[in-house]
Amino acid sequence: MLTLTHFLTLGTILFSLSLTGIFLNRKNVIILLMCIELMLLAVNMNFIAFSRFMGNMDGQVFVFFILTVAAAEAAIGLAILVVLFRNRQTINVSEMDDLKG
Amino acid sequence: MPIYETVFYMFSLVMLTGAVLVISVRNSVYAALSLVLTFFSAAAIWMLMEAEFLAIILVVVYVGAVMVLFLFVVMMLDINEEPLREGFIRYLPAGIVVAVLMAAELLIVLWSKGRFESGAFPIPAASAKGYSNTQAVGELLFTEYLLAFEVAGVVLLVAIIAAVALTLRQRTGGHRQNPALQVRVRPDERVRLVKMKSEPRQGS
Repeated sequence: MLTLTHFLTLGTILFSLSLTGIFLNRKNVIILLMCIELMLLAVNMNFIAFSRFMGNMDGQVFVFFILTVAAAEAAIGLAILVVLFRNRQTINVSEMDDLKG
Repeated sequence: MPIYETVFYMFSLVMLTGAVLVISVRNSVYAALSLVLTFFSAAAIWMLMEAEFLAIILVVVYVGAVMVLFLFVVMMLDINEEPLREGFIRYLPAGIVVAVLMAAELLIVLWSKGRFESGAFPIPAASAKGYSNTQAVGELLFTEYLLAFEVAGVVLLVAIIAAVALTLRQRTGGHRQNPALQVRVRPDERVRLVKMKSEPRQGS
C-alpha cells in the first residue's frame, strides 16, 4: 500500500540530496544549476502527491507553471553562463569576486 | 509484493541513484546525463500518481529541451574540471550534516503518527473509465487559470528575448553585408566612366 508518506519521503530525500550537491559543488556553476533543477523536481513531486491524495487538480496546474518558470530560468541561466565564460574563460564561482570591496 | 509497489521502489531507487550521480561525478557531461536518468524515473513515478500529462511534459520539455540545452552548453564550453572540484572533500561533512538534519526534521513531521497516513489521506480510488488527466488539467488551465497561463506565455517570451539579447554579439573585423546600403547604392558609386581621347599607337 503506497500512502502519501511514501511519495513525500521520496521528495524529501531528493531535496536533501540536491542540497548536499549545492554544498559539494560550490565552484561549478553548471552543477549548481542542475541541483536547482533537482530541487524543483522534488517540490513538484510533493505537489503532485498532494494533488493526487487530496483529489484536487490545482496542484498539477501549479506544477505546470513551475515547469514553465524553471525552463525560462534554465534558458536565461545558461545564457548568462555562456556570456560569463566568453568574458572570463572560466566558470569558477570563487573567481567571480569583481564586486568585492 | 504487488506490481504497483515494485515499480515505485524500483524507479525511486533509480531516481535517487541518478541524483547521487549528478552531485558526485567528476565530468559535467555525465552529470547532465544522470540528470536525464533522474527526470525519466521521476516521470515514471508521476505516471504512478496518475499525473500522465505532467509526466509526458517532463520528458518532452525537460529531457527533450532543457537537458539538451544543458548538454549543448556543457559541451560547448571548454571547461577545466580540476579547479572546480577543489573543496569537494572539505565541504562533504558540512553538506552531509546539513542535508541529514534537514531530512530528519522533515521526516519527523512526515512520519509522525497518523499525519499523512492512509487514515488522514485515504488512497484514492482508481479513476473512472474514460477519464482523461490531460482534459482535466486543460479544463482547469483554460478556465480558472487562464490569466496565469497567458502570463506564463509572456514569461517564456521574455526568456527567449533575454537569452538572445545576452548571447548576441557583434564581431569586429568581420565582413558582413548591409542590405540597406546594398539596395540604396547608385551606379556612380560602383562604376566611374572616364572620357579620354584615344592615343595613337606607339612605334608604327
